[in-house]
Amino acid sequence: MDIVNKTAIELLELLEKGEITSWEIASAYLKRIESSDAKINAFVHLDPEQVLKKIKTLPEGKLKGLPIAIKDNLCVKNQLTTCASKILNGFRPPYDATVIEKLEQAGALVLGKVNMDEFAFGSSCETSCYGPTHNPWNTECAPGGSSGGSAASVAAQFTPWALGSDTGGSIRQPASLCGVVGLKPTYGRVSRYGLIAFASSLDQIGPLTHDVRDAALLLNIIAGYDKKDSTSVNIETPDYLANLNENIKGLKIGLPKEYFDVDSNPEVKQSIQQVIEILKSLGAQFKEISLPHTEYAVATYYIIAPSEASSNLARFDGVQYGLRTDNKLDKESPLIDMYLKTRGEGFGPEAKRRVILGTYALSSGYYDAYYLKALKVRTKISQDFKDAFKNVDCIITPTSPTGAFKLGERINDPLAMYLSDIFTISANLAGIPALSIPCGLTAEKLPIGLQVLGKSFDEQTLFNVAYAYQQNTDWHKKKAEI
Amino acid sequence: MALDKIQVKYVAKLSRIELAEDNLDNFTSQLDKILNYMEKLNQLDTSEASASIHVLELKNVFRKDENKTSLPNEEALQNAPKKETGQFEVPKII
Repeated sequence: MDIVNKTAIELLELLEKGEITSWEIASAYLKRIESSDAKINAFVHLDPEQVLKKIKTLPEGKLKGLPIAIKDNLCVKNQLTTCASKILNGFRPPYDATVIEKLEQAGALVLGKVNMDEFAFGSSCETSCYGPTHNPWNTECAPGGSSGGSAASVAAQFTPWALGSDTGGSIRQPASLCGVVGLKPTYGRVSRYGLIAFASSLDQIGPLTHDVRDAALLLNIIAGYDKKDSTSVNIETPDYLANLNENIKGLKIGLPKEYFDVDSNPEVKQSIQQVIEILKSLGAQFKEISLPHTEYAVATYYIIAPSEASSNLARFDGVQYGLRTDNKLDKESPLIDMYLKTRGEGFGPEAKRRVILGTYALSSGYYDAYYLKALKVRTKISQDFKDAFKNVDCIITPTSPTGAFKLGERINDPLAMYLSDIFTISANLAGIPALSIPCGLTAEKLPIGLQVLGKSFDEQTLFNVAYAYQQNTDWHKKKAEI
Repeated sequence: MALDKIQVKYVAKLSRIELAEDNLDNFTSQLDKILNYMEKLNQLDTSEASASIHVLELKNVFRKDENKTSLPNEEALQNAPKKETGQFEVPKII
């Protein structure tokens, strides 16, 4: 039986029928990781022996011991959790993130921790202290980022599904570049407790899967209010999987002209045009809309996110966890010098840039000009979406202006890297849910992604549109050959 | 130019990050380029806009002040690079 080729729900059905055991499933993925991850570098912390031992201790639950890969910024009790940063070298959290607790209660098996840009700072997975992850579709290309390890591990069939986190596109962009499904839920839908914070007002945890049904099931499990995260919202979680409905007749879909004016790859534009034709044939109605402040989103985001990051990363000071410098300290002020040296040695270049940028934007004399200004523009960007959703049920755009780019191509030009997030950033600023699904391949056989944006707490409409599309196409079934 | 080397050095120090001297030129030009791009926001009139610190309407969350089990000392210290008699050890301050 070809285990690794199946979706999570297909595997659960086989487990249900008793045709396979969770041990066989975990063993099949571990074997594939062992034989092929040297080419991909998706896993950064993996202990196959412990994983297999753990199966016996899992509670009975609807996930029946099904494995899952976890981004390295989610705390798993007593397992290495390092945000792919040298400064968290050796860190083993004394507690589980709420999403991990929920998964384990449902009987999921944590397979291991997967690679990411350091502290989720990046769009290519190249800023990791463990070296880049390679795109399974073409190993010379980046998998996208920051959840590059999560997306690549699903695309390479090392795991049926994975969790990632999305602050400005970090689930959707790698999902797009690796040809898998990725959802950033509405801000507040999923508890962030135990997610090592990058930008607290933007971060959300979400699923990366082979298809929409798996994404709906995984969101069912991780969503919900948590008193340990005061920004999680206390409203009912619908059963997204049971409510999946492929009937999209009469659904009003917006096409934001500002997104289509961007100089995207023609193959990307063509793919989206084909999606529109298919959805039209299924009865959806299209309408051109305007999100007039789109061109300010990247500048707004790259002030707010680094500002919040500079504050969140203050905790990495060589005292409570992780790295502390071995270098000789200045006799006059040894404590300050310990901070300076520990952080100088422990943070990589992009983490340094962002902390410095954020500190600058928040510093006296520049606060109003940068940070406060960005918060005001953020209000305008949110308002654009509120206005648009008065007339449409959801919005579609490309997820990324291009397919996967070559490793090394953008890493020395931070601004060019930031601009690759142009289509994904606004959803985080506005807090709305956004889904990326595969919708084509370029001539070079690199995946193209479609983004569906929805109203706050209306993930169901996104799933339904994507489900209708996947019932009538097979892009989500195309697999990378590794 | 929005930013020069002296400012970058100063802000790095505020950020408690030691920057290698040979990185400074590269960092300064990258940060300067990024900040110049941010100038774009000044094209926009925001005099009427409120500032969104957050997308949700956040309220203070209160709870009763009750004793609960907290992390045992040993576990709280399990990741400390240096510890001494049940406490985090830091370089001499005074």
